[in-house]
Amino acid sequence: MNTLFFTLHDFMVHTKGVTYLIMGGILVALPLFWWFLTERDDEN
Amino acid sequence: MTDNGGQTVRKLWTPFNVIVGIILLVGGVLTLMRFTQGIGAVTNLDNNNPWGVWIGFDLLCGVALAAGGYVTSAACYIFGLKRYHSAVRPAILTAFLGYALVVLALHYDVGRPWRLPYPIFVSQGTSSLLFEVGLCVFLYLTVLFIEFTPAAFEWLGLKKIRAVVVKLTLILTIFGVVLSTLHQSSLGALFMIAPSKLHPLWYSNYLPVYFFISSMFAGMSMVIFESTLAHRYLSRHMDDTHHGQAFGVAMGFAKAAAFVMVGYLSVKLVGIAIDGHWQYLTTGWGMWYLVEVIGCVALPAVLFAMGVREKNLTFVRWAAAWTVFGIVLNRLNISMIAFNYHLPSDQRYFPSIMEIGTSVFIVTLGIVIYRFVTTRMPVLHEHPDYPAH
Repeated sequence: MNTLFFTLHDFMVHTKGVTYLIMGGILVALPLFWWFLTERDDEN
Repeated sequence: MTDNGGQTVRKLWTPFNVIVGIILLVGGVLTLMRFTQGIGAVTNLDNNNPWGVWIGFDLLCGVALAAGGYVTSAACYIFGLKRYHSAVRPAILTAFLGYALVVLALHYDVGRPWRLPYPIFVSQGTSSLLFEVGLCVFLYLTVLFIEFTPAAFEWLGLKKIRAVVVKLTLILTIFGVVLSTLHQSSLGALFMIAPSKLHPLWYSNYLPVYFFISSMFAGMSMVIFESTLAHRYLSRHMDDTHHGQAFGVAMGFAKAAAFVMVGYLSVKLVGIAIDGHWQYLTTGWGMWYLVEVIGCVALPAVLFAMGVREKNLTFVRWAAAWTVFGIVLNRLNISMIAFNYHLPSDQRYFPSIMEIGTSVFIVTLGIVIYRFVTTRMPVLHEHPDYPAH
């Protein structure tokens, strides 16, 4: 993870890119977690 | 008469009363020392560490754990979830006592406590975050006091004035949510002034967001935790409604807390990514950070979720206590442990035994007042002469 950055632009592109990927993962994970939480509610 | 007298004396000498009596006595002596000999006589505070355990624990943890007041009243009166109604009064009382004790602790911590009203009434520092926190705490303490008065008025039999205050419930709740949103986040924002002092893993531009989101699940966990203790020690003061709703309240709050905790973890992850701080995670501080984030947020969130799925109240109650511990750890990390992390160990702050004693005294005072109020006023039960509002 110790990537060498020469400009602030390089740094921003890298960190924002990683953040977008993480956000994509979160968009998938949060509904799945909600489903895990509420899955058995319908049974009652 | 002699028997009754003997019984009263025996009732007075319970283990709880004896321990509480000793703590209050020691606290009284420490208070005397603090206000006659100054802060230096009882604390290890210095110019490097002007904020110690009285701010880190009494104030930051006190405010976070008192968030149950706005969370519960918002759920009940704004979102219309009346099944949480029985939890509102205990939560409001806990919040009111929490904030009142925060203000009490501030009297110990500031150099000239008699000037505490100055920022509000004399010299308003409108560009200061501390001013905003001070104003919000002042206003929210007033709101909580008014929100709790119906219980006191029912106890005193003041029907007319109670009816007037009850009509203000919705507006007070909205006011409480707005004020809490402001000052819960501003407490986090306070630490943004010290980017070179707080370890990069804890320092973030998202600190206000972290503090606000974490206050939500701190409040919900505290309501469950407090309900657990009340069921164990004050069960005889609860009515059937309270007993009947307790399971639903715990499950509902556990579900909400678990989801908010996962949201909080997501924002933390984004915070690390946007600052590019991954390399710190493999250091000693990184391990400690992971203990806090995975050990005291992710794992209790999973336990909450398991408890909700299995309808297991024991899981939920343990998860709540674990989360409360995690919030305390988070606030202490930010204000004390990861603060001034770069200083040599001989310049690091560790609270003196007298500082810790004063904090224990203040918490004990809260427990004693909570017990005094709940055993007399309609907090854990509904007054038979008044309809629920």
